[in-house]
Amino acid sequence: MSTLEIRDLHVSVADKAILTGVNLTVRSGQTHAIMGPNGSGKSTLAYAIAGHPKYTVTGGEVLLDGEDLLSMSVDERARAGLFLAMQYPVEVPGVSVSNFLRSAVTAVRGEAPKLREFTKELKTGMDNLSIDAAFAQRNLNEGFSGGEKKRHEILQLELLKPKIAVLDETDSGLDVDALRVVSEGINRFRGSGDTGVLLITHYTRILRYVKPDFVHVFAGGRIVEEGGPELADRLEAEGYERYAKALA
Amino acid sequence: MGLETKPLSTLHEKSSFDLADFEVPTGREEEWRFTPLPRLRGLHNGKAPASGHVVVEVDAAPEVTVETVGRDDPRIGTAYVPRDRVSAQAYSAFEKATVLTVPAQAVASRTTTLTLRGRGQGAAYGHIVVRLEPMAEAVLVLDHRGSAVYADNVEFVVGDGATLKVVSLQDWDDDAVHVSHHHAQLGRDATFRSFVVTLGGDLVRLSPSVSYTAPGGDADLTGLYFVDAGQHLEHRLLVDHSVPNCRSNVEYKGALQGEDAHAVWIGDVIIRVEAEGTDTYEYNRNLILTDGARADSVPNLEILTGEVAGAGHASASGRLDDEHIFYLQARGIPYDEARRLVIRGFFAQVIEKIEIEEIRQRVLAAVEAELEK
Repeated sequence: MSTLEIRDLHVSVADKAILTGVNLTVRSGQTHAIMGPNGSGKSTLAYAIAGHPKYTVTGGEVLLDGEDLLSMSVDERARAGLFLAMQYPVEVPGVSVSNFLRSAVTAVRGEAPKLREFTKELKTGMDNLSIDAAFAQRNLNEGFSGGEKKRHEILQLELLKPKIAVLDETDSGLDVDALRVVSEGINRFRGSGDTGVLLITHYTRILRYVKPDFVHVFAGGRIVEEGGPELADRLEAEGYERYAKALA
Repeated sequence: MGLETKPLSTLHEKSSFDLADFEVPTGREEEWRFTPLPRLRGLHNGKAPASGHVVVEVDAAPEVTVETVGRDDPRIGTAYVPRDRVSAQAYSAFEKATVLTVPAQAVASRTTTLTLRGRGQGAAYGHIVVRLEPMAEAVLVLDHRGSAVYADNVEFVVGDGATLKVVSLQDWDDDAVHVSHHHAQLGRDATFRSFVVTLGGDLVRLSPSVSYTAPGGDADLTGLYFVDAGQHLEHRLLVDHSVPNCRSNVEYKGALQGEDAHAVWIGDVIIRVEAEGTDTYEYNRNLILTDGARADSVPNLEILTGEVAGAGHASASGRLDDEHIFYLQARGIPYDEARRLVIRGFFAQVIEKIEIEEIRQRVLAAVEAELEK
């Protein structure tokens, strides 16, 4: 069992306060959806937890199974069991997908996987996500379509098996088929029951495929309302206007 | 505009075999302004007597004829006329030249390697001529090692329909000084592939150039350099399109790290009035890994005709991308390894162009060794 605890988190970007006191606890077996309008700070939460250098934590704590994530480097956080699926995965020229994945798996598991077993594992993972085999030889994210990038993020999620996964707008830019494939991947990952998911999204669409246990509405850099899956249905019907008004 | 007044290039000003035609550079000249002249150890001002030795060893394919000849050999100076003071100095001071000939239609069955090994202090001057007769094919490695103060000129004469692939490794010891011109003259439908790797030396100034005598010539010039603290590695390319329907592609990539690491890349391309249908592209990228390193990158594309098939250039110098490093680290890969992966990736595309497995492995190993520093 794992627990990610976010306590009164304050984060700034270039001296501008973006997160203004976020409290959230994610446990294994739970899926939390964070929903909110653009600019509400959802992605900032994701990147701050992962340790992106652009984001400065000005207050609060983030603990993974009691360990202080904020004192760790980006790679230490990943090895501790945190995963961030990125909204815009960056293209890295000259680094092949297979080389990258093997390096990542080696780092996270603490030992190099046997080549034969890894090749098999990779093939299964790629088949599950309907990723073409030739993909492994391509350069990381280079020339990938939006859907390919997101499938590749979920492939990494399934290979690295983190304790807690933060999925930042994984549904954005996907057509219905790709959304279904990606959602199936997330559900396979959730299926083990000993992982927690923090799903960040603007739209309710993905929640039809990946059912959340809790829904949190983000506005003005913090959580302003919480509830069960029914809250997502209400947002679908009413939109975010109510929260924008309340903040203004 | 009449025929007599056709526009002339400003990029290629002077050629002469006579040393007296070139003033001693002061460092203010456009072609010398990036080069730290005192570190040339007198190669530029006549104060470097030929008291040193660079030994040339040749391991040639059986189809290749190897000769050591005197200054008066008629094959010397047919393709290239010195373009600057140091080149003219080398031309006036070398004693013996190495001439390699690949006979017409012969296909060299293996790589020919010239190892140029510096033997300590004192200046040395050299001259190499590589002649591919019509329809011949060969692969050549120029491997520069040891310690030297060395200036030389290399002429590649690529005959009609011939194909020459050359790898030039500047793998000198830390104190070496090397100033070199590599000129390729391409006949009709000739193919020239140059791969330059510059890693060692205190100062290396290498000027690869290409000219065409007939249509259909195809030149591809690739380079890789890794500049460490205190090193000055300079590459000055000149592709002179003077006949129609030829192609050139220049791609140089370098990484720099350490205090006073200095890279210079000059990419001059001339498309003369006659050179209709030219297709050319030149590209330079520098990856600056630490503070205190400096890269100068100057592409010059001079187009004197309106009828080109394609002409472009790109030049960029920048640091490692934080987003690349973040992405890899976010997958658990430690910073040092993430950095190595990204730098290897930066060079991967050019290293893949090396067709000789042994050389590709050596270059990969050399880049790895630089990354460990």
